[in-house]
Amino acid sequence: MNAAVNPCLDIRSLSAVLPNGVRVLRSVSLSVQPGEVRALVGESGAGKTMIGKAVLGVLPPSVRIVEGDILLEGEDLGRLQPKARRTLMGARTALIPQDPLTALNPSRRIGPQMTDRLVRILGWSGQRADIRIRQLLDEVQIRDPDRVTKSYPHELSGGMRQRVLIAAAFAAEPRLIVADEPTTALDVTVQKQILRLIAQLQREHGTAILFVTHDLGVVAKISQKVSVLYAGKVVEEAETAALFASPQHPYTRALMAATPRYTNPFASLKPVDEAVLAGLASEIAAADQAWRRPHG
Amino acid sequence: MLLQRFLIRLLTMAITLFGVAVVVFVVIRVAPGDPIAMMLPPGATDADIARLRALYGLDKTIVEQFFIWLAGVVRGDFGTSISLRQDVLGLVFNRLPATLELAIVALLMALAIGGTTAILGARERGTAVEAGIDIASGAALSIPDFLWGLVLILLFGVLMPVFDISGRVSPQLDLPFVTQFYLFESLVRLRFDLTKDLLGHMLMPAVALALPLAAIISQLLKQSLKEVLDLDYVVLARVKGFSETQVILREALKNAALPTLTLVGVQFTFLIGGTVIVERLFSYEGLGNMAIDAVINRDLPLIQGIVLVFALLFVLINLAVDMTYAVLNPRLRHG
Amino acid sequence: MDDGRISRHGSGAKLWLAGGWLLLALLAALFAPLVAPQDPLAQDLMFERLPPFWMSGSEPGFWLGTDSLGRDLLSRLIFGARIAFVVAFAAALAACLVGSTLGLISGYFGGWADRIISRVVDVWMAFPPVLFAILLVAVLGTGLSSVIIAIAVIDWTRFCRVIRAETMGQARMDYVENARIAGYGRIGIMLREVLPNVVPSIVALLSLEMGIAVIVEAILSFVNLSISTDDPTWGGIIAEGRLSIHQAWWVLVFPLITLILTVLSFSQFGEGLKARFDPVLR
Repeated sequence: MNAAVNPCLDIRSLSAVLPNGVRVLRSVSLSVQPGEVRALVGESGAGKTMIGKAVLGVLPPSVRIVEGDILLEGEDLGRLQPKARRTLMGARTALIPQDPLTALNPSRRIGPQMTDRLVRILGWSGQRADIRIRQLLDEVQIRDPDRVTKSYPHELSGGMRQRVLIAAAFAAEPRLIVADEPTTALDVTVQKQILRLIAQLQREHGTAILFVTHDLGVVAKISQKVSVLYAGKVVEEAETAALFASPQHPYTRALMAATPRYTNPFASLKPVDEAVLAGLASEIAAADQAWRRPHG
Repeated sequence: MLLQRFLIRLLTMAITLFGVAVVVFVVIRVAPGDPIAMMLPPGATDADIARLRALYGLDKTIVEQFFIWLAGVVRGDFGTSISLRQDVLGLVFNRLPATLELAIVALLMALAIGGTTAILGARERGTAVEAGIDIASGAALSIPDFLWGLVLILLFGVLMPVFDISGRVSPQLDLPFVTQFYLFESLVRLRFDLTKDLLGHMLMPAVALALPLAAIISQLLKQSLKEVLDLDYVVLARVKGFSETQVILREALKNAALPTLTLVGVQFTFLIGGTVIVERLFSYEGLGNMAIDAVINRDLPLIQGIVLVFALLFVLINLAVDMTYAVLNPRLRHG
Repeated sequence: MDDGRISRHGSGAKLWLAGGWLLLALLAALFAPLVAPQDPLAQDLMFERLPPFWMSGSEPGFWLGTDSLGRDLLSRLIFGARIAFVVAFAAALAACLVGSTLGLISGYFGGWADRIISRVVDVWMAFPPVLFAILLVAVLGTGLSSVIIAIAVIDWTRFCRVIRAETMGQARMDYVENARIAGYGRIGIMLREVLPNVVPSIVALLSLEMGIAVIVEAILSFVNLSISTDDPTWGGIIAEGRLSIHQAWWVLVFPLITLILTVLSFSQFGEGLKARFDPVLR
């Protein structure tokens, strides 16, 4: 297989269920080309974080994948042994987490938390890892790397911690980064800086990003392509510009109507139209019926 | 801030020890029965009794006796044992090392067993392995050390007589030791034959003492590990490519161990309290065994001395745990 | 959610098993003269160290064998249950009354009362409990009441610590504030509003304490300091069994199994009851 023609990430009709039989993902298919930012947008509970976790192999034990494949640069992750899979993922993927307050170990200094992947998984020397980390800290505009690497997480602000996490994510030059609502937990003023920083590093490093968000404004700023998710199902997929210009699916239109900034910043915030949701619900119920029959 | 915390703890410690001294003194003095009468051969005259009472200070009022004794204690003079006619402090120091070695070996065992099962249970959470660990630790916790001791005596002393169930060391051995820390000294002197014999004697009582504590450590640590394992920084470590075992050891263990630590301190004092009966059960020549003899012989000065030494040990352990917690917790350290 | 349901099913089964064993032992104790096959004190040197019924050399009527004085082991265990249960109920109740009252006062009123009670608890916690018990019985003189008093004097702190902590939690709740605004007195609120909410914990501790009391009594008998009459006690049988362990292992095995089952049952019964009556856990 030729890696050049393979998408960086290819998810093929992925379905997952909870122990009580509720489906959280319904035949999700999406792909991310090398160097591309793919936004995954939907309301909370739509399953967007679940997709990110499935890609990285960190789904909670209760969630079970019942069908579909995840391919990373043409490699079927489901077929790999756990150890091989971990090593591959450690080298080629990274995560920018949602909440920088909880994503750093409170009892370890920042420096080792940034270098441990490079040294322990990828086998770099400590010195090489240190140099690399300083380089990245410089790229995320942290001017006093000595102090930061020697700090404990609680000694840094939320924005600083998110910069640290972004630097750590890019440090190993992964092919794919899953960014899981990386700005949601931050102050509005910091959000913009962080978003700009991610976009800048993404361009310079040419990393593909699966960008999970509920915010269409963020989608417009950062992504080239969008998948709109509702109740674990991709309802619309398009180039970002095309989606905003002419949303096809009623749910997408409703979602955009509920986000006033882009259509009309002065309009009041509207909830997603009830009629649209009712239509979707019956559509999904029918799909579930059809899905259950062959699977027993 | 650390120093202030330390000084406050030191003060409460002194108050607690004073309280223990008062309680044990009062309890012993209200005892009916005259310890002096037991020391003398039948047919001793009243004058003999009076002379001995004066010798041990038993002719004074209870308050006078208390302060005389306390003044002695502060100077390091715990009085003279009535039944053994030796200096109490000397007797206690002679026996304390045996008890300390037993307690420490038991603690290490409890940490090893509890820690391993907790990590295993957390790694295999939601599986039959975890359920098995839960059942085992539930049983180990509910059955006290006294009963564990008896079970071990039956299993390994009678059914499969592989371990010694009596004494501290085989009596036929020549001991070159100058201190009473036999185990420690045998290691330092590289006399591993003696180490083996000592450990062989210590194993059963130590396991009996360790099992309930191991169960507590296992349950508590597993619970907090499982809580920590759902946190974002642990998920991030998995994404980095670390295996579940590595994730637990590198990321989760230290943070999960902190809440367990404070409890282990209190539980370790319970373990030391348990040495009293377990030493008796295994005829292990430690402080607790001597304490029971002292009570049976109504040896007042010796009982007081032993109880006070146990109390001192308990408060020192609590102090040590409190300070370790303060030092280990970075948030507390940096205020 | 699911985990909770499963564990509650488990605790239900455990509750019935534990309760069943305790009921059996209690009935045996109550009707000991009727159910015991032999006189527990009758010595018969012809029948010394008889093995239990399934082994060769056993005699009919001596189901679990006999000890070195030829006394029937099963009958001694059944009569021993009488002392065990009397001690368990009396000592645990006494410890519970003293400890829970002090814990309620300490936790609800706080201030000086709390400081003094907590200091006393600290002093008590600095005693090795077994040594303390042995010392107390030695001082009070052997006998049933001494054993009960000694256990209560030592173990009230267990109730005090737990009930104090729970009361402090409850006292911060809104409903206590509401009751105060409604004009109830402090003691009235403590008894009417706080006490019912800590009752599940008291019940669980009470059951646990009964098991501990049984053990402490056995330990005291073991060092020959318990009730010191001819009445058989579980600890006394164990002490006897420890001595003749190489000649007659059954004299140690059966009382040991009895004690383990009883202790396990008391602790599981308490936990099961708490799970059943605690509105939060339910």
